[in-house]
Amino acid sequence: MASKRDVNLTINGASHAVSIEPRRTLADVLRDDCGLTGTHLGCEHGVCGACTVLVDGRPVRSCLMFGVQAEGKTIRTVEGLADGDTLHPLQQAFWENHGLQCGFCTPGFLMLAAGALEENPEMSDNEIKDVLSSNLCRCTGYQNIVKAVRIAARELRARPRA
Amino acid sequence: MKPSAFDYFRPASLSEALALLAKYKDDCKILAGGQSLVPAMNFRLARPAILIDINDLGELDYIFADDNGLHIGALTRHAAFHRRVVDGPLGALLSKVARHIAHYPIRQRGTFAGSLAHADPASEWCLVATALNAAIVAKSIRGDRRISVGDFFNGTFATDLAADELLAEIHLPAMGPGWRTGFFEFSRRAGDFALGMALAALRIEDGIVREARLGVGGVADRAIRLESLEDGLVGHAASPELIDSIAREAWALVTPVGDIHASPEYRRDLIATAVRRALTEAAA
Repeated sequence: MASKRDVNLTINGASHAVSIEPRRTLADVLRDDCGLTGTHLGCEHGVCGACTVLVDGRPVRSCLMFGVQAEGKTIRTVEGLADGDTLHPLQQAFWENHGLQCGFCTPGFLMLAAGALEENPEMSDNEIKDVLSSNLCRCTGYQNIVKAVRIAARELRARPRA
Repeated sequence: MKPSAFDYFRPASLSEALALLAKYKDDCKILAGGQSLVPAMNFRLARPAILIDINDLGELDYIFADDNGLHIGALTRHAAFHRRVVDGPLGALLSKVARHIAHYPIRQRGTFAGSLAHADPASEWCLVATALNAAIVAKSIRGDRRISVGDFFNGTFATDLAADELLAEIHLPAMGPGWRTGFFEFSRRAGDFALGMALAALRIEDGIVREARLGVGGVADRAIRLESLEDGLVGHAASPELIDSIAREAWALVTPVGDIHASPEYRRDLIATAVRRALTEAAA
């Protein structure tokens, strides 16, 4: 009954033509149809946040959206965060401050923080912690993730606005 | 953790959406934010044959205030309430409550109307709607129907909406500047479902409570408005002693069920504390 549909997705500025069933989540479309395996899948029911990507600038769980819903939207994933060989300030800060150990949750945390900082570059410490409470990390104990986001926020604020 | 197959419609207008609902009725589900529906589908607890995605219906994405209160369209996301959507106590209350709803990314997608249509007993918006005596506007090809919140919730995940009806708008009564509000929620971790919560709104004039709204959530199959306790507040000063006695009465009124997270006794004690804290905040 539910045949495949041809959908054109805009991901990290590039156009991806895919043929997908409506039931395919955006996370699976990114990973399996577009080859963008930087987006990780943990729980597949919206709890862990590993699959967080930006849809029209807002962080969302890509396991709770269907690929067909993303047509016409601007999708950004962790693959689009760095500028060529130059890491995004968040990536740099995670690296320098030991904001990751195994790295499984890292893409989700990066996209979560990137979206939240774009909405509010002046987030207080409490706001940063509230936002970061959205995602699960089983290695770091979170302290270094909070620290990395705080440092990246400062770095982003110091940059001239594009 | 993959949903079963379904057919997908993304109508471009409300009338198109209502026509689809009328055609498919119980075979279809409305997809708005999807933050409760899609997890249920991933677990295959829900297996709708058809999804009607209303995310393109910009005509349902609105909030406006008039003399009667606040009108919230079906596509208004939780995150819209991060900022105060209206001046005065109502906007402040909604902004405070919104921060307790799940997590930041969930709030970017999930909708106020979707929470009501889903009717989770631990939903913050269901408590707000119940305690503040909201009205719900349901639309179908048969016409519009206005449902008082007291007639809307039928129990856990059950509402008065007919299979061909779309929850199109929520209407929250206006709250003048004399109103003060309090909200307290307890959950095991930030963003978890509430184990218990209470919402209080008091209109205080010359130190005396003139009108009161009091509701609790997370302790029954739906949010409960405690009207008998509201009556006990009106005409008195909201003193710590009165608030204590109201909290004890709330303890006696609720009959929570236990689950893996908390026993009935624990939840009962929690509700007394939640009521006391919400009232204390409102009276401050």
